[in-house]
Amino acid sequence: MMSMKPRTKHILSIALAAAVIAMLLYLDSNKAQYSYSIAILERSAIYAVVAVSMNLLTGFTGLFSLGQAGFMAIGAYTVGILTIPVEARPNVYYINGIAEPLANVNLPFWAALILGGLMAALVGGLIGIPVLRLKSDYLAIATLGFSEIIRALIAAPQLDRITNGSYGLKSIPAFSSILQVFGIAALCILIMILVINSSYGRAFKAIREDETAAEAMGINLFKHKSMSFVISCFFTGISGGLLAVFMRSIDSKTFQVNLTYDILLIVVLGGLGSITGSVLASFLMTAGREWLRFFDVPLVIGGFSVPLFRNGFRMVIFSLILMAVVLYYRKGLMGNKEFSWDGILRFFYRIAGRLRRKTPGNGGEANA
Amino acid sequence: MTLSVFLQHCLTGISLGGAYALIAIGYTMVYGILRLINFAHGDIFMMAGYFMIFAMVSFPWYVAIPLVLIATVLLGVFIERAAYKPLRNAPRMSIMISAIGVSYLLQNLATYLFTALPRGYPTIPILKKIFQIGPLSASLVTFITPVLTLALVYLLVFLINHSKVGMAMRAVSRDFETAQLMGIKINRVITITFAIGSLLAAVGSILYFTDRMAVFPFSGALPGLKCFVAAVLGGIGSIPGAMVGGFILGLGETALVALGYSTFSDAFTFVLLILMLLIRPTGLFGEKVTDKV
Repeated sequence: MMSMKPRTKHILSIALAAAVIAMLLYLDSNKAQYSYSIAILERSAIYAVVAVSMNLLTGFTGLFSLGQAGFMAIGAYTVGILTIPVEARPNVYYINGIAEPLANVNLPFWAALILGGLMAALVGGLIGIPVLRLKSDYLAIATLGFSEIIRALIAAPQLDRITNGSYGLKSIPAFSSILQVFGIAALCILIMILVINSSYGRAFKAIREDETAAEAMGINLFKHKSMSFVISCFFTGISGGLLAVFMRSIDSKTFQVNLTYDILLIVVLGGLGSITGSVLASFLMTAGREWLRFFDVPLVIGGFSVPLFRNGFRMVIFSLILMAVVLYYRKGLMGNKEFSWDGILRFFYRIAGRLRRKTPGNGGEANA
Repeated sequence: MTLSVFLQHCLTGISLGGAYALIAIGYTMVYGILRLINFAHGDIFMMAGYFMIFAMVSFPWYVAIPLVLIATVLLGVFIERAAYKPLRNAPRMSIMISAIGVSYLLQNLATYLFTALPRGYPTIPILKKIFQIGPLSASLVTFITPVLTLALVYLLVFLINHSKVGMAMRAVSRDFETAQLMGIKINRVITITFAIGSLLAAVGSILYFTDRMAVFPFSGALPGLKCFVAAVLGGIGSIPGAMVGGFILGLGETALVALGYSTFSDAFTFVLLILMLLIRPTGLFGEKVTDKV
């Protein structure tokens, strides 16, 4: 009763994927009408990539890193610098000019994106050598420190001719369609799922559960930790690149610590150790911020203006909800489980069971 | 650079360092007892800045300052009760995430209540009086900060080494569970720790913002992180260490600004942190701890 036939599951999954693609195609063909929803969905997909990559590190390997914003900045700047059209560059670098070797380099979007990921992975690998020796909160604060250093370097006047210093980059070419974003995001998440389900992924989980025991079982701690860190950095860089293309203009202030905190809260909301949870939470959280927007507008009921409702109230409510999740619902949406059709089925059975028990005359009152 | 300019910079650095030291003590005490990086501490410091703005509107400074101190202590203790106490037996990562959540909440709350625009910090007439010592001139607050910091640290160390509460704190930081078994009221000790930390953050905020002259909702974030770094530098859990760390950061940062590398003054803090973690993870005055399997 509690599980479906594999065939039914496959059909349901294909139907779901088809529904999503159909919806995206519909949105894409009516761009002008749905530009607002498209923007929210694109941002959610980008956040999903970085949230899953953070989950790979924090939820599956047990390494608490707070450096996401810095690695996103590396990816974003790589993509930005390499894809801004050559003819637009004098306009972007109007203060200091662009460095000679870069002036005419222009890569197609996908190449720049992969390069952005590789740059982030390279920096991550170098940073990982010293930093991964640290434990839990020391690791968190050290990666956070690195993220701030990267940000300071980007804004430094000495690199003006490459990163355009504090003026930031603009005129980054936009996505061709929403399908592009979703395709890339889905591919990235799929690769990460494959990594997590491989033997390396099992080693990561062993490290998360108990480092000493994992080492005793013959798992090379440093090798696997840095592997997890580098993979996570790669996809964080990719999502940074996507974010740059999504926003079209970036500067070093885009990548402040608060961006990392946003991602962390998504991961926690979705459940540490659940990939589908992270994906779900990034859509919920990005959309939730928009849904709560009515809190920002003064509310008038019958001539009486309700106090509290004004600019900024939305974010207060939003952070209160997050605090409630952190305090009372620590597992997040999905705990460490993954989405499955069986899970959905069980969920409905449970609700149905509860309803049946509560209905009087149907076998008596709830006697629990 | 002439001697007097050099001394002038030193004075600025020591004064900034004093304010950092006072905030860093809050981090180091909380970490020593709960093993928690209290990410919200910087925002408590920011809220103290706002409290001062509002207190000074209706009261003279000598009434406003005690009011601000009391309000900040209440805020700190309330946060501990509401956000950290329910997670006492949860994994450490959960408490840390809760702290980040509180920090997020306080920043959003401040943006909502006081708008994101910087607000002018009221001037406390006495602290702003210009003093002249030889070729050096600075407002009183610059001279008073290091002195006040030293005095408060001395008092605090005395309290911890020679009072019953202090003994309880030392016991709890050494071994949480055993201390509990010995009949120490853990929750009381933790409340007192947060009260002291917030009190010092409020004093630090008065000294810091009198020099900076404006408060905005995110003005606690970066100083907060820096002060945590100061605490790590000095050896987490050690109060004199936090003070020394604060002074090192204050002096180093001012030196970089004076040399014309002001964009790197924030990064400097973190470079120092990473070097310290690699060379001597226990900090300058920290005790060596061994991991038990």
